[in-house]
Amino acid sequence: MTNTHTMTLAQYLKGVAEKQFSPTEVTQAIQAEISKVNTDLNIYLTENEQAVQETEAGSAQPLAGAAIAVKDNISTKGMRTTASSTVLDTFVPPYDATIMTKLKAAGMSIIGKTNLDAWAHGSSTETSQYGRTLNPRNPEHLPGGSSGGSAAAVAADTCIAAIGTETAGSIRQPAAWCGVVGLKPSYGRVSRSGVIAMASSTDSPGPITKTVEDAAILLNYMAGHDKYDGTTSPQSVPDYTQALGKSIKGLKVGLLYQDIAGLEVVNPHIQAAAKVLEELGAVVEPVAAMDPHYAISVYTVVQRGEVSSNLARFDGIRYGNDRSFFGDEAKRRIMLGTYTLSKGYADQYYTTAQKVRTAFMQDFQKLFSNYDVLISATSPSFAKKIGVSENAAMFGELEDMLLEPSSITGLPGINVPCFHDTTTNLFIGLNIMAPMWREDQVITVADAYEKATSWNTWRKV
Amino acid sequence: MPTKKLPVGILGGKCKVLIQENKIMPNTYELVCGLEIHAELKTASKMFCGCKNDPFHAPQPNTYTCPVCLGMPGALPVANKKAIEWTIKLGLALGCKINLFSKFDRKHYFYPDLPKSYQISQYDIPFCYDGVVETSEGPVRITRIHLEEDTGKLLHRSVNGAEVSLIDFNRSSVPLIEIVSEPDIKTASQAKEYAKKLRQIIRYLDIADCDMEQGGMRLEANTSLRVVGEQGLPKYKVEVKNINSFRFLEQAIEFEMQRQAKLLDAGESIPQETRGYNATEGKTFSQRAKEDAADYRYFPDPDLPPIRFTQAQIDGFTADLPELPAAKAARWGREYQIEARFAEPLTAEKDEAAVFETLFSQAQTQKLDCNKLASSVYNKRITWPTAESIEKTLMEFAAQFKTDTVDTSQLEQAVEKVLAENPDVIEKFKAGNMQVLGFMMGQTMRQLGGIKPDPQLVRETIGKILKTK
Repeated sequence: MTNTHTMTLAQYLKGVAEKQFSPTEVTQAIQAEISKVNTDLNIYLTENEQAVQETEAGSAQPLAGAAIAVKDNISTKGMRTTASSTVLDTFVPPYDATIMTKLKAAGMSIIGKTNLDAWAHGSSTETSQYGRTLNPRNPEHLPGGSSGGSAAAVAADTCIAAIGTETAGSIRQPAAWCGVVGLKPSYGRVSRSGVIAMASSTDSPGPITKTVEDAAILLNYMAGHDKYDGTTSPQSVPDYTQALGKSIKGLKVGLLYQDIAGLEVVNPHIQAAAKVLEELGAVVEPVAAMDPHYAISVYTVVQRGEVSSNLARFDGIRYGNDRSFFGDEAKRRIMLGTYTLSKGYADQYYTTAQKVRTAFMQDFQKLFSNYDVLISATSPSFAKKIGVSENAAMFGELEDMLLEPSSITGLPGINVPCFHDTTTNLFIGLNIMAPMWREDQVITVADAYEKATSWNTWRKV
Repeated sequence: MPTKKLPVGILGGKCKVLIQENKIMPNTYELVCGLEIHAELKTASKMFCGCKNDPFHAPQPNTYTCPVCLGMPGALPVANKKAIEWTIKLGLALGCKINLFSKFDRKHYFYPDLPKSYQISQYDIPFCYDGVVETSEGPVRITRIHLEEDTGKLLHRSVNGAEVSLIDFNRSSVPLIEIVSEPDIKTASQAKEYAKKLRQIIRYLDIADCDMEQGGMRLEANTSLRVVGEQGLPKYKVEVKNINSFRFLEQAIEFEMQRQAKLLDAGESIPQETRGYNATEGKTFSQRAKEDAADYRYFPDPDLPPIRFTQAQIDGFTADLPELPAAKAARWGREYQIEARFAEPLTAEKDEAAVFETLFSQAQTQKLDCNKLASSVYNKRITWPTAESIEKTLMEFAAQFKTDTVDTSQLEQAVEKVLAENPDVIEKFKAGNMQVLGFMMGQTMRQLGGIKPDPQLVRETIGKILKTK
C-alpha cells in the first residue's frame, strides 16, 4: 500500500480494522513524509521519538495508534512543550493535558508537536520564536494561526489528524488558509487543563482534520466534563458521528456579514456555499448581526488582560529562561493587559468589555431563536503572503474579525473548505456556527456541505 | 527548588528605640485599631487541587504538590467546596450576611513563593460581610471574611557554602480565610480578647487548628491614634505584622500606642508603614513604607466559575452550626444553674466543654450541685474531668460534699455542748453579731467527728437553739 500517510482518520481506522495495513507502517510512512518536508515547512518543533512504540501500544484501542499532531501549547508528559516561545525552550511538563490523557487512552500516538504563534498570540505563526511555518499548499504563503502548525501538518499529510486550540479563530482561520477542516467546540465542552493558558475565558481545544467525519470522531474522544477544569460543562456528550450523513432539509440558516466592507474576495464563494445549502433543502436568509468590529475591541481588552495575568508566572524562577526571552508580541500584550487591568482603568476597559461581551451573547441568542445555524466566511481573504504580519500589531484581530464574535461568546463553529483556487492552490473557508453545545448541528451541516461539493482535497466525489 | 538569593533582609532589622520603657502614654489619645486575621482551614485537600492539606506535618519540602499548586503552565484550579462551606459557616457564626453570588479574583504580585505570580483571592464580593464579635469592652464589627489560597514558604539556607533561598510548596494553595474587622478596637486588651474569641469560635466550628506558632493563624493589627473626642479615622495607619501570640498582640499594640503618642506629642506626622514585632525586645520595627497605591490588578479569575448559593442552602448551613461558646454558657446557666464566671471559662474549648456537659448532666441526675461542681472543676479542686474520668470526678465530688444523715437529738446535743464550752456566743448572738454563726457551724461539725451532715440542717438547728436561749 502506497501513500498511507494521505489517509483520513476514518480511512485509517477502516484499513486497520480490515488489516489492509498495520498502524506501524502508516506511522513510519508519516515519519518519512515529515523528514521530507519539515525542514522547509517548519511544521513540527519536536518529533516524538516514541511515535512508533506508541502506535504499537495503542493499536488495539479505538483510535488504533493513529499518528496525531499536537499543537505545542498542549502539555505532553515527558515531551518538551514550548508554546513556541524560547521562555519554555527546555520545559518538559510533568503531566499530560486532559485531552492528551483521553486521546492516549483511546490509542492515539503523538507524532510530534506543532508550531504556533508564540503563546498562541497571532494568526500567522510569524510570532513563533522558532520561525514561521509555511503553508504546504503554497509555501510562499502563511498557514494562518495560531494553530498554523497543526493545520499545515494536516494539509501536508504529515499526520492522520491534528489537535489545535482556538481562542479567537486559531483553529478555524488556519484551517481555512490550509484548506482543511477545523472544529472549535463550545467553550467548556473540551477541557483546557494542561493547555498553556492564553485567554482563559475563551480558550477551546479542538480537532483539525482532513474531513468533517474525522473531526466528529476526534471530538468524541476529546469532549466531556473534566474534574481538573472547573469551567467544563457537566452535561453529557453525544456521539458526534451520529450527526454525520443527516439531511439538512428545512434547516434555517442565517447568512452573516454580507454588508461588511473588505469581504469582496470571499463573499461570492460564501454565497455560492449558501446556494449549495439551499439545494440541500436548507432555508438560507441574509441576516444582520452586531458589527464584528466591536468584538475586536472586546476581545483585545479581555484577551490582553488575561494574557498579562497568565504569563506572569514565567518570572524566570522555575522555567529556565527569564522574561527577557519573551518576544515582541508577548511583551506588547503583557503591557497592554497590565494597563487595562490597572486601578482606575479596569472599570473603563475590562468591565466595559465584559458588558459588550454580554451584548454579543444576547445578539446571538436572538439570532438563534430564528436560525438553526449561522454561516459566514471564516477569514476575509485567502492565505496571505509570508512576512505580511510583521509590524502589524493588530494583524490577528483583523484576520479573525469574523470569528471573534463567536469566540467571545463561546459558540461552537467549524471551518470547511468552500473554494479552491487551482492557480494559487489556495482556499477559502466557510464558517458554520451553532448555539452553545450544538457541535452536532455544526457537524451535520458541515458534513452535508462537504459531501455535496468537491472542495475537500481528500474526498473523491 | 533552589533559586537565587533574594535581596530581602526585612527580618531582624534594626529597631530604633523611640521611647523609654513603661512610660505612661498621655491620655489625650485613644487607640483606633482593626485586626486582619488569617487562618488556614483544615480541609483534607488544598484549596484548588487534590493535594493533601497538611503543610506542618509533611515529611519533607515539596511532598504535597501537583501541577496546580506548583502553578505549572496549563494547570487549572478547581475550588474546594468544603472550604467555601466552612467559610460561610464561620460567617454565619459571626452573624455575617452571606453573598449568595460570589466569585474568586486574581490578585497579582511577584514573589518567589507565589508560583502563578497571582494569588487566587476574593476582591469585591467576599463570601461573608457585616458580622460582629462581642467583647467585654464592646462589640467589634466584622467587615468581611473572604477565602483565598496560601503561598509557598521561602527557606533561606546555606547549601554547600552558598547562600540560597529554597521554596517549599507544601503550603502553596492551602485554604486560607481572612477575617477583617472594622477599626472598632479601643484597647490592646480588647484586641487580644477579640482575637481569642475568634479563635475559640473557629475551633468550635472545627474548621481550623489555628496553630499560632506554625503560622496556622496570623495576626495583623492596623493601629493609629486619635485625640479623644475626635471623630473619623486618623490620616495614617501603621500595620503591625509577624505577631504569633495573643500576648504579643497586646504588647505590640501597647508599644505602638506609646510610640505613636510620643511622635504625635512631638508634633511629628506618623508615616503609613508596615512594622514587624520583635517579641524578644518587645518592640515593633519598621519593615517597609506602605505603598499607598499598591495595585494588584484584581480581575475575576476566568478559570473559576462564579459561586451561587440559594437562601435554602445558607439556612441549611445555619441549622448545621454547632452551639457556640456564648450560647452554651448561657444554657448551662439555665439548665444547670452554673454561674457565668465558671460557665464561660469551662466552655472555652469545644472538646473539653463536651466532657463537662456529660459531667454536669450526670451530676444533675444524681442531684448534685452543678454550680459547686463547676466551681470545683474550674478551681481544679478535683480530678480534671476527661471522657474516661467522669465517674471518678463525680465520685470525688460527691465524697467531698457528701452529707450523712444525722440523728436530730445527736445534732442538738452537739450544739448544746459547743454552747456550753463557749458561753460568750449567746451574748454575741443576742447583740446581733452574726459572725458567731460561722464559728458555731465549724465547732458543731468538729463535735460530730466523722459525720458530715447537710450544712443547711446544721445551720437551722444552731439558729433554732440560739433563739431559745
